Amino acid sequence: MTLQTQGLVAGYGDRRILHGIDLSIVPGQITAIVGANACGKSTLLRCMTRLLRPEAGEVRLDGTSIHRIAPRALARRVGLLPQSPVAPEGITVADLVSRGRHPHQGLFARWRPEDETALARALEATGTEALADRAVDELSGGQRQRVWIAMALAQETDILLLDEPTTYLDIAHQVEVLDLLCDLNRNRGTTVVMVLHDLNLAARYADRLVALRDGRLHAEGSAEEVLTESNVEEVFGLKSRIIADPVSGRPMMLPLGRHGMLAGIGLAAGVGA
Amino acid sequence: MSAAARPLSARRRSERLRLLWLCLLLVALAGALVLSVSFGTRDVGWAEIRAGVGGQLETIGQAAVAARVPRSLLAALAGASLGLSGAVMQGITRNPLADPGILGVNAGASLAVVIGIAWFGMSGTPAFLWTAIAGAGVAACFVYAVGSMGRGGATPLKLALAGAATSIAVSSLTMAVLLPRADIAGGAKAWEVGGVGGATFAGITPALPFLGLGMLIAFGSAKNLNMLALGDEAAAGLGGRVARARAIAALGAILLCGATTAICGPIGFVGLVVPHLCRVLAGVDHRWQLPFSALSGAILLLLADVLGRLLARPAELDVGIVTAFLGAPFFIWIIRQRRIREL
Repeated sequence: MTLQTQGLVAGYGDRRILHGIDLSIVPGQITAIVGANACGKSTLLRCMTRLLRPEAGEVRLDGTSIHRIAPRALARRVGLLPQSPVAPEGITVADLVSRGRHPHQGLFARWRPEDETALARALEATGTEALADRAVDELSGGQRQRVWIAMALAQETDILLLDEPTTYLDIAHQVEVLDLLCDLNRNRGTTVVMVLHDLNLAARYADRLVALRDGRLHAEGSAEEVLTESNVEEVFGLKSRIIADPVSGRPMMLPLGRHGMLAGIGLAAGVGA
Repeated sequence: MSAAARPLSARRRSERLRLLWLCLLLVALAGALVLSVSFGTRDVGWAEIRAGVGGQLETIGQAAVAARVPRSLLAALAGASLGLSGAVMQGITRNPLADPGILGVNAGASLAVVIGIAWFGMSGTPAFLWTAIAGAGVAACFVYAVGSMGRGGATPLKLALAGAATSIAVSSLTMAVLLPRADIAGGAKAWEVGGVGGATFAGITPALPFLGLGMLIAFGSAKNLNMLALGDEAAAGLGGRVARARAIAALGAILLCGATTAICGPIGFVGLVVPHLCRVLAGVDHRWQLPFSALSGAILLLLADVLGRLLARPAELDVGIVTAFLGAPFFIWIIRQRRIREL
């Protein structure tokens, strides 16, 4: 199942955010979308799930414009975890996760065995079985994020879009969430598309990086192709060094600032000159 | 396997508990109806109650009981409608302060009816109904539009403020329309306070289709409200049509409180208090919350009406005054209790 955008132009009111994006999401891979603040990362995700109607161009799922697919049918194939979803006060984990079954149920349909199986699988995959009867408000940030991912999993879509799934989490929980997404990708073959801020985590976990700059596609490809010193400077306006991550062997970006560096390094890179 | 069994059994357990509460509410509703028929300005015995409900009008006591029957039915219907529309409005706006009174919807319905009476010589329930529903709809759209202005969209606090301001403005307009019209002021004033006294079957019947349709729409929106509760983006991600779902549910709520306002006048706070209590009993699932709210609303309004009759003997307090006395402290309590500031 392939998700593609073609000549995507979108924005809010008079403000145009995306200026023509052509992008193909490779099925079965993990894609991380990176870029500076307000470069259009979230807007791109919103377009991919019908949340925002593009001004021009279109998003296609297996060749069909997603605006020609009924929302419920689309939601059975493409799931979205927004940046800040709302947990109704007092809702239990099992109840929240089971709402992921909504696109699979009719208006008055009863809870079916396959819904129960999907719920159990989602809880198990995210390690939240033990939390099932707890209220979501009582959980820690990391647990809560796992529960939201469980909800998106219960939706059982082939493609899962996540808008900054690691924001507000401490580093241990960030790694935990990304490991979890990797498991999903490996075990279920779910295509994962996520907006990430941390370039090094993106390079480590994603098969493909997509770098946006001012609403345009700046670079896409493997981490080695995208995470280069020149790209970092062009996309973020930041001078950096790229070395091989000693843990993963993937590229790793070390920012150059004006302080906190060994003598001579900043000068060599022309920082602060 | 044990992973699958745990949530299922938990759900069954809470489902049984909720069914039990539902039964208790039904019993309480029956009890409230009996109280409402039995108690009033005039003391009546059981024999008279039985005869009066059966339609005999030979003694004054029997006649009094017979007059209480449509009144009780109206109180139950109005209470159910207001409770339900309050629950729907709180769901649509994700706002714990939403209520047909606070959001200015009832005030809009009142102004429309009063203008109809004063300027167009309108009379009779059917005309009131259409006018009140139109007024409620206009007020709802206006408040939502004002509340959504600026950053962050329609936050609970902004909506409540927009509603309160609109309510005050619209009520003053209502007064301005009424003041120069001594001829109609008395009747319109009585209607304005909000009451169920003087109800007749003939007066209730024209509202039934509106209330029925409103309830149908409201109950049918339960699943959509569950989706909207997760935030607009998550709701859309789950395949919901956010704007359409919200508009349809709002139509249901407006029909309910518009029609209720047309026959009873504006009655405040029922729509605010009831859904809060029902969330405690029924949890976050609107498929449970909505029927709970309808039943509890009916019970609350019936009891408030009985209280109004008993407190001010031999006169009566209109039920709108009683609910305001009960509801205002509750409103303050919610604001103090909840994390409204961060909403």
